[in-house]
Amino acid sequence: MSTASVPLPNWITYGLIPLLNLLVAFFISGLVVWWIGENPLQALRLLIEGSLGRGDAIGFTLFYTTSFIFTGLSVAVAFHAGLFNIGSEGQAYLGGLGAALVALTLDRYVPWYVTMPFAVIGAAFFGAAWAFIPAWLQAKRGSHIVITTIMFNFIGAALMVYLLVNVLIVPGKMAPETRTFLPGGQLPKLDWLMALFGLKLGPAPFNVSFLIALIMAFLVWALIWRTKLGYEMRTLGISPSAAVYAGIPYARTVIIAMLISGGLAGMMALNPVMGASARLQVEFVGGAGFVGIAVSLMGRSHPLGIVLAAFLFGILYQGGADLSFEMPNITREMIVVIQGLVILFAGALEYMFRPAMVLLYQRFKRA
Amino acid sequence: MDLFDIIVSILGSTIRLSIPLLFTALAGLFTERAGIFDIGLEGKMLSAAFASACVAYVTGDAWLGLLGGIAVSILFSLIHGFASITNRGNQIVSGVALNFVAAGLTVVLGQAWFGQGGRTPQISGEARFSPITLPFADAVRDVPVLGPLYANVISGNNILTYLAFAAVPITWWVLFRTRFGLRLRAVGENPGAVDTAGISVTWLRYRAVIVAGFLCGFAGAYLAIAQSAAFIKDMSAGKGYIALAALIFAKWKPVPVMYACLLFGFLDAFANFMQGKAVPGIGEVPVQIFQALPYILTCVLLAGFIGVARPPKAGGVPYTKER
Repeated sequence: MSTASVPLPNWITYGLIPLLNLLVAFFISGLVVWWIGENPLQALRLLIEGSLGRGDAIGFTLFYTTSFIFTGLSVAVAFHAGLFNIGSEGQAYLGGLGAALVALTLDRYVPWYVTMPFAVIGAAFFGAAWAFIPAWLQAKRGSHIVITTIMFNFIGAALMVYLLVNVLIVPGKMAPETRTFLPGGQLPKLDWLMALFGLKLGPAPFNVSFLIALIMAFLVWALIWRTKLGYEMRTLGISPSAAVYAGIPYARTVIIAMLISGGLAGMMALNPVMGASARLQVEFVGGAGFVGIAVSLMGRSHPLGIVLAAFLFGILYQGGADLSFEMPNITREMIVVIQGLVILFAGALEYMFRPAMVLLYQRFKRA
Repeated sequence: MDLFDIIVSILGSTIRLSIPLLFTALAGLFTERAGIFDIGLEGKMLSAAFASACVAYVTGDAWLGLLGGIAVSILFSLIHGFASITNRGNQIVSGVALNFVAAGLTVVLGQAWFGQGGRTPQISGEARFSPITLPFADAVRDVPVLGPLYANVISGNNILTYLAFAAVPITWWVLFRTRFGLRLRAVGENPGAVDTAGISVTWLRYRAVIVAGFLCGFAGAYLAIAQSAAFIKDMSAGKGYIALAALIFAKWKPVPVMYACLLFGFLDAFANFMQGKAVPGIGEVPVQIFQALPYILTCVLLAGFIGVARPPKAGGVPYTKER
C-alpha cells in the first residue's frame, strides 16, 4: 500500500515534518559553512547574537520580518486558490510606486496618520493592478500563471527603472530615486513598543507597518477560513474541476485571489519605502518577494505559520548581515543558499520523510 | 560608421548574445518535452558558469572547464529530477529553489576560494575559448557586402558558438527521428501510455533532465570562459528566463527555438546600440522598452493573440503509476 494515503496526526504533518525539513536545510547549510573552513556552530552563535542579541538587532530583525509577512501572505493566498504566484517581487515593486505617489502628494499637507490609509490603499491598488494582468491571462486565456508572473517581474523592473531614471528622479541629481518624503509621508518607528520590553530600538527602521502586517495576517486567516470566498478559493485550489462542477465561478475566483495576493505584495512596500528610506529607490524590494515563497512554504500557507516563518527569515537576514561582517569568508549570499535549501526541502521535497514517518508512527501506535 | 558597418556590428553581437539563450532553450526543450517544467534553467546556467570558470582557472584548460561546468549542471539537474520525478514534488518549487541555491552558492564559494567578492580571477590564454578565424575570412574581407558579413559575423566566433548552431539540427534529429525522441515526446504528452508500453517513465524523464543539464553546462561555460574571461556574480542576469520565454515563443520546436533566440539576442544587441541615441521623429527610445520586449512578446503570445503556444500536455504533472 502506498504510504501517501496513510493518515497522520496534524502535529506530525504540520509540526514535525516541516521542522525536520528545516533541520535538514540548516544541516546542509552548516556543511557549506564547514566546507569553506569556518565553524558552523560559531557561525550559528554569531547569527543569533547578531539578530536577537541587542535592541537594535531585534529592531532590524522585525523590520525584515514585516516585509516577509506581507510577501508570505501574498504567496499563500494565491496558493490556497491553486495559483503559484512567483510575481510577488514585481507586485511589491509596483506597490512601492503606489505608496510613493501617495506620500509625495500628501506629505506636505497632512500628518502621517492621515497619509497612511491612503498609502495602504495606493500600495495595495498598484500591487493588485500588476497581478491583474497575469490573473486575467490565466483565467480567460489559459496562459500559465507561473510563466506570466515571472515575465511580469521583469517587465515591472524595467518599468520602474524607467520611471525612476526618467520621470520621478529629482532634477539635477544622479541617483535614480524620488525626493525624500517629509514626516507627513513617513511611517513612525515603533520605539515605544520596543521600550515596553526594555529594549532600545537605536537606528533600526522597525515601524508601524509591522502592525499593519499583523492585522493583514489576521484578515487573511479570517478570509481563508471564515468566509464564503475563502472556501471557494480553497475548493478551487484542491480541485478546479470539482469547484467548477459545484458552481464556483473559475475566472472570477482566480482573478479575485490574485488581486488580493498582489495587493498584499504591494503593501510590503510601505515598510521599506515609507518606514525606512522615506523615498522610492531602485530595487528596494531586494528579493523579499522571493523570500515570500520560502516563508509561505515553511508556514504551510497558514497566517500563524507565516508570521513565525517570516520571523525566522528575519533572523536569518539580520543575523546573516551581521555574520558576514564578523566572518568575512561568509558572504550575505549564504542567506540565499539557506533560503533555497528551505524552499527545496520544505517545498519540493516535502514528502521525502513521509514514508519513514508513517512507518515510525505505525510502530509507535502498535507499541 | 556607415549603415552597413552598423548592421554588421549589430549582427555580430546578436550572435554573441544569442548563444547562451540557444543552449539553455534547447535544454529546456528536452525537459519540457518530457513533461518536466524547468524554471531552474537560470540556476543551472549560473552554476555551470561558476564551475567552468573555477576549473578552467585551476587547470588552465578551457575544455576541462567546460567539462566541470557540465558536471555541476548535471548534478543540479539530478537534484531537480530527484525532487520532481522520484519524490513527485512540485517542479516549479524545485526549480525556484535550485535557482536560489545556485545564486547564493556561487558567490559564497567564490568569495571563500578567491576572496574577490564572488568573482573568479581573470582567465586567459588556453583557459578560454578564443575566436576562430574560418578559412578565407581574411581573403574575402574586402568583397563587398558578403565579405564583411562572412569575416565579422560568421567567422571570428569561438567553437561553442558553432556547437550551439550544430546543436539545433541534432536536437531536431534526436527528438523527431530517433526512438528515444519519440518516447521522450510521448512521455510529455501521455506518460500513462508510455508506461503501458512497458517503458520506464522515470528513466526517460531522468535522461531528459540529464540532457538539459548537459546543454546548460555549455551555456554556462560560454558565459564565463568564452564571452567573458571570469565568473562574475549573477552573470546569467535573467538569461535563463529569457531562454524560457524563447522556448515558449518557439512553441517547443527546435528550429523556431533558434529563431526566437536570435530574435531576443537581436533585441538585446539593438538595445545596447540604441543606448543614448535618438530616433529621428521619435526622440530617444528608453532602453528599458527593448529589455522588456521579450517578456511582453511572450505574454502576448501566451495570451493567444499571435497564435497559440500549446505546451506538452503532461507538463508539470508528476507521474504516479496506478496500483
